[in-house]
Amino acid sequence: MPIPEIAESFTGSVNRVTLGATNENGGSRSSTITVGGARNVVYGGSPDEAGEKPVIAMDVLDSRPGDWPDALAEPYKSVLDSPGDWAKKCVEEYGAELICIKFEGIHPDKGDKDASHAIKVTEQVLKAVSVPLILWSCGYDEKDNQVMPKVSGAAKGENCLIGTVTEDNYKSLTAIALADNHFLITEAPLDINIAKQVNILASDMGFPLERIITFQSTGALGYGIEYAYSIQERQRLAALTGDKMMAMPAICDVGYESWRAKEAKLADAPGWGEVVDRGPMWEAATAVCLLQAGVDIIRMRHPRAVATVKHFISQVWREGNP
Amino acid sequence: MIIIAERINGMFTNVKQAIAEKDKKVIQELAKKQTEAGATYMDVNVGTAAADQAGAMQWLVETIQETCSTPLSLDSQKPDVIAAGLKVINAENGVILNSTPLNKKSDEEIFDKYLEMANQAGPKASIITLTMDKNGVPQDIDTRVAIAAEIVSKAMEKGFNTQRLFIDPIILPVKVPNAQVQPGNILAAMDQIRYLSEPAPHTTIGLSNLSQGASERSLINRVFLAMAISRGLDSAIVDVLDKDLMNVVATAEMLMNKQIYSDSFLKVYSTANGT
Repeated sequence: MPIPEIAESFTGSVNRVTLGATNENGGSRSSTITVGGARNVVYGGSPDEAGEKPVIAMDVLDSRPGDWPDALAEPYKSVLDSPGDWAKKCVEEYGAELICIKFEGIHPDKGDKDASHAIKVTEQVLKAVSVPLILWSCGYDEKDNQVMPKVSGAAKGENCLIGTVTEDNYKSLTAIALADNHFLITEAPLDINIAKQVNILASDMGFPLERIITFQSTGALGYGIEYAYSIQERQRLAALTGDKMMAMPAICDVGYESWRAKEAKLADAPGWGEVVDRGPMWEAATAVCLLQAGVDIIRMRHPRAVATVKHFISQVWREGNP
Repeated sequence: MIIIAERINGMFTNVKQAIAEKDKKVIQELAKKQTEAGATYMDVNVGTAAADQAGAMQWLVETIQETCSTPLSLDSQKPDVIAAGLKVINAENGVILNSTPLNKKSDEEIFDKYLEMANQAGPKASIITLTMDKNGVPQDIDTRVAIAAEIVSKAMEKGFNTQRLFIDPIILPVKVPNAQVQPGNILAAMDQIRYLSEPAPHTTIGLSNLSQGASERSLINRVFLAMAISRGLDSAIVDVLDKDLMNVVATAEMLMNKQIYSDSFLKVYSTANGT
């Protein structure tokens, strides 16, 4: 009996976005990373509709993390004070396709470092690695508006992905990202309506929709992953049905969210198995789940989780074949 | 929502005059305005005045395509006028052949001719078919649905994808004596038409006809459009330059969860929906 053809087809697609600038394009990256382009849901339709395979961005913090559990800090213990070496380790040893510098240390409660520190870190990482960069603010609006424009300037010409902008705080970073020719991350608090609105607001300032990546906020396994999953899924379906305000590739912050879970980090829990295994497993499970909803870039932290997820991606997106 | 903009039609005096005088500017201006207002397709109807309808159709198509790439809906009941338009059209982004009845006394094969022309025009060519046959326009629900069913089965027989098929249940002016029952009949017929195939055929209506000769035309059109969208209508031939009407489309689509709500939902509708 022939198997009936039940795959749905769509008229729209996720935008294709190429991050990073090589020499020819005025930057110093050795290669670029292209994401997006899907014309169907994950596992849906024919292989040529799968678009680009998702990529992993590994987190590098601008200053030594104060609250990382031992299981997470252990692989990085020799580089935690040196963002350049840290980034190099992620790329060379763990195969990071992008580096995401998280400017945690500029937050008033987490070090209150100034713009010159942030610029220095940006320059160190740019010099240490040649993959494209993501530049991620601390989330404290006033400080971000002081520091992130300087960070943007320090990486001018590198076609970085910079963010995040929100419904309440988007003007200054959108303007500077536009001027410095970076790509922009629009953020929403697990709210699809606000997500669309932020894209419209950025677009109203003249920022091209084709240069935006969306961040819907992330929930880890056991901590709201179903909300994140359904929003990512809805965004993908909106893109596929032609909503140009929702046709951007998506990024998730899996590393940070997974390692907040007590199941990932609590050492004293005899019934739960070894703590050295639990964290990476929690992080990998969260990433694999969200990838299936339709996410293009995953921010991650633990090398073992990264290896697991890279393997998963290589199997599912084999030669563009989901 | 697939919005077919109605304004380039020889029934309007300025278009009629522009066709007679070969005045490109009037037509290109209308094409630009309708595209900006959110037209997915632009209807092209030479009207009845032109002596050489095929020639007028070609001139309109070429004139519009000189400045505008919005796909067109070639509007004529005469196959040779449609064929003339198709000769000069760029159908890469799609084209609609608008429209044919199931059959008519003088031409039993007319639907076949439209199917043939659509197939030749490429994979993105669609047809609007009227729920009308050699006995004329049906007044009741069942005959409309029965004709629609025949249209769908004939298209499927010929291997024509039902996603390229639009069914127009023919809306009549509400002001005509005894016609007030018709809008309700149309809605009831639409409820059934969408179950005729999987995927369902599109449904479309020539909205402005509803309010022909009536007072409060725009209001009548807007309210009926919202009612029809709630019953699954996914296309309409409308005056896209009627801003209030387009706002109703945006709002109804949002309320039916066809578009994701955002605070700027009115403003972005045409951008998000346009081609």
